[in-house]
Amino acid sequence: MRVGVFICHCGNNIAGTVDVAKVAAETRKLPGVVYATNYMYTCSEPGQEEIKQAIQKENLDRVVVAACSPRMHENTFRKTVEKAGLNRYFFEMANIREHISWIGEDKELNTNKAIEAVKMAVAKVMNDKPLYSSSFKVNKRVMVIGGGVAGMQAALDCADGGLDVVLVEKSPSIGGMMARLDKTFPTIDCSICILGPKMVDVAQHEKIKLYAYSEIEEIKGYVGNYQVKIRKKATYVDWTKCTGCGACMEKCPTRNAYDHFNFGVAPTRAINIPFPQAIPKKAKIDPTFCRQFTKGKCGVCAKICPTGAINYEMEDEIVTEDIGAIVVATGYGLFDLDKFPEYGAGRYPDVITGIQYERILNASGPTSGHILRPSDQTEPKTVVFVSCAGSRDKSLGVPYCSNFCCMYIAKQAILTKDHVPDSQSYVFYMDIRSPGKGYDEFTRRAQEDYGVKYIRGRVSRIYPKGKKMVVRGADTLLGTQVEIEADLVVLATAVISAPGAANMAEKLHISYDTFGFYVESHPKLRPVETNTSGVFLAGACQGPKDIPASVGQGSAAASKVLSLFSKDMLESDPAIAQVNINACVGCLKCVKTCPFQAIKEEVLRSGKKVAKVIETVCAGCGVCTSTCPCGAIQLQHFTDNQLLAEVNAICQS
Amino acid sequence: MDTINLSEKTDWEFIEQVQKESGQNISLCYQCGNCTAGCPYTNYFDYPVSMVMRLLQAGQKDIVLNSKAIWLCATCETCTTRCPCEIDVAHIMDTLRIIARRENRVSEKDIKLFYDSFLDSVKQFGRIYEMGTLLMYNLRSGHLFADADLGPKVLTKGKIHFFPKKIKGADKVAQIFERFQKRAKRHG
Repeated sequence: MRVGVFICHCGNNIAGTVDVAKVAAETRKLPGVVYATNYMYTCSEPGQEEIKQAIQKENLDRVVVAACSPRMHENTFRKTVEKAGLNRYFFEMANIREHISWIGEDKELNTNKAIEAVKMAVAKVMNDKPLYSSSFKVNKRVMVIGGGVAGMQAALDCADGGLDVVLVEKSPSIGGMMARLDKTFPTIDCSICILGPKMVDVAQHEKIKLYAYSEIEEIKGYVGNYQVKIRKKATYVDWTKCTGCGACMEKCPTRNAYDHFNFGVAPTRAINIPFPQAIPKKAKIDPTFCRQFTKGKCGVCAKICPTGAINYEMEDEIVTEDIGAIVVATGYGLFDLDKFPEYGAGRYPDVITGIQYERILNASGPTSGHILRPSDQTEPKTVVFVSCAGSRDKSLGVPYCSNFCCMYIAKQAILTKDHVPDSQSYVFYMDIRSPGKGYDEFTRRAQEDYGVKYIRGRVSRIYPKGKKMVVRGADTLLGTQVEIEADLVVLATAVISAPGAANMAEKLHISYDTFGFYVESHPKLRPVETNTSGVFLAGACQGPKDIPASVGQGSAAASKVLSLFSKDMLESDPAIAQVNINACVGCLKCVKTCPFQAIKEEVLRSGKKVAKVIETVCAGCGVCTSTCPCGAIQLQHFTDNQLLAEVNAICQS
Repeated sequence: MDTINLSEKTDWEFIEQVQKESGQNISLCYQCGNCTAGCPYTNYFDYPVSMVMRLLQAGQKDIVLNSKAIWLCATCETCTTRCPCEIDVAHIMDTLRIIARRENRVSEKDIKLFYDSFLDSVKQFGRIYEMGTLLMYNLRSGHLFADADLGPKVLTKGKIHFFPKKIKGADKVAQIFERFQKRAKRHG
């Protein structure tokens, strides 16, 4: 066996704290190693060329590169050795940067540790077996989860690119948060006027199949071949018959149902269509409020419906869709008022959240776009906005900035002045965060042209005094406490992950952070990919973001799906589990522990029961290997023998 | 305030000392102002509490220790409750009083005298003897008739009494004081 070892300086990243020449010299003494050298940047083109030439000249059959993490360049070097004629699995990487040079300052210790790391990699590479990937067919249909602006953009871009799209939306209409907004910053254009056409496009696109009021039940399979079970929740209205005329809503005697679309600003009917531009524009019964369900009698809507669409017996329906890739665009959630006891915890009707105020400003909202405060339906003359209600607050578990509140507060303050010219708005802020294009000019305009008073400080207490709400806070620039008698107080509550985000992540086998936001594959270079191949992210499910960023990510995710589907066949990773049927005793513990359902039971002709790995489903995680009591199931490229060779290499020195 | 030359006048040791004695990380404060917003005494302070925190971050030992604010703080702990960064601000104010006292630079002598009178009373009787504390404070501070007008009212309502009440284990309480003083001497 002829092993070649290439030690990378990585500029000063490695060579600064590791004596690379010494590592190369020591490596040459190892059995099996016929060639060892060090180079400034092994990943550069000349660096790769050097590897190729050494393979030819020295007749190498195994290669080790000691450099950065395999997460960075393993693929680069695998391709390099493959081009030089070796099997791509006759290559190992020793991580002497992240594991050694970056974390220790003592050059001698680092050098010794680097030598050990190279020894391990050499021992492993000498035990490596050639592996060959097989290819499998791709189902070129994509599923988009979430019909907000990010999901809609991804769905439209994929559909325009010629793919069949399945769009699944949890609520009765697509549109998401953007459909609830009145105007958008910094252009003050009407939100639904620019979103509406997109919603119609989604509804009319022949390549998009929409499941509204549906949720993901189960996801099975792997990139290119997923089977997804979708739960179509019972609406108690036959949507094939419903024309969206709204007669049921008008006659429904239950007038106190919670209005999810309007965030509870005003009550709605038990049967309702969420908003005039809803897509699909169909009615839905809320059984927690409907008299037919709570009291067992009513039936008014069934009587009034001109098409006989009402069906109180309707049940949830499960449908299965076969798809090849998934775009997750499940959006975000918001803190409730109950998190703020010092602001009344929701007891005061005139202390509301930003999204509720958005509905009050909106022409299709409960007040038809007239600013009327909830308590007595009068026009507020003094409005106080409190930014960072929960955001940047470690004590509430939200240490991060919610990204877009500074901007929508400025917008809402401007709109308040537009609606009520003799009103005065105040904004309590910690910092004004407005880094987008035209954003800072917008917040300045609120102050310069609309006379919004910005107060640098926090609000410590809000309490009622007669018909007013007293807002007491600090003006840290004045160094005093200040008090404002307000008619209406708007809290910019923190952006949190969508309800059920963690649950969804587990169904998708993708990772999420402490706050429930989904984790991208690389924070800079792979912003819409996840670590599960075939699953992509778009919009605020990955972290708080505004409309332009969400739309951008929606398109980015679509382009990733289109490039994935540009091939008819995908190559499978051969580093997966394999069963030795002679050693397998058929206990099938591996079947139970496999997180991907990639192992099934198989009965041989002899009648012997053994485990069988479904090649395309196995993700190569290795859980089965550590479960198997007799070592019969082995993860290729990480077999017991290969790992023990590494252990021996350092323990015997 | 005069220009502060931060290169020369930042007392890094003082920052370290306050952090060590209070167990709080002063760098966590991002100056949101929530402590000042909730402080019930801020209108009597010479520096609002958020500014005390800022002066601490800037290592302005003299200004902080000579301030009246640290003595006027009532330790109601609203600042601690409201702080989004989970800093125990009231504990820092307490620490600053202790350091100021140790260095003999008490800006509000009367408040220190009241603390002393209170603690002397507890040491002597095992619990607070209100009448004694008040008389002692008035004598020491020279405000002989301070709050005397309230006397008849609180006496008739039985809120305070002429004679001290004895409790079990008063000697044990006194021992706490002795132990503390011994240890304080040992540590200088």
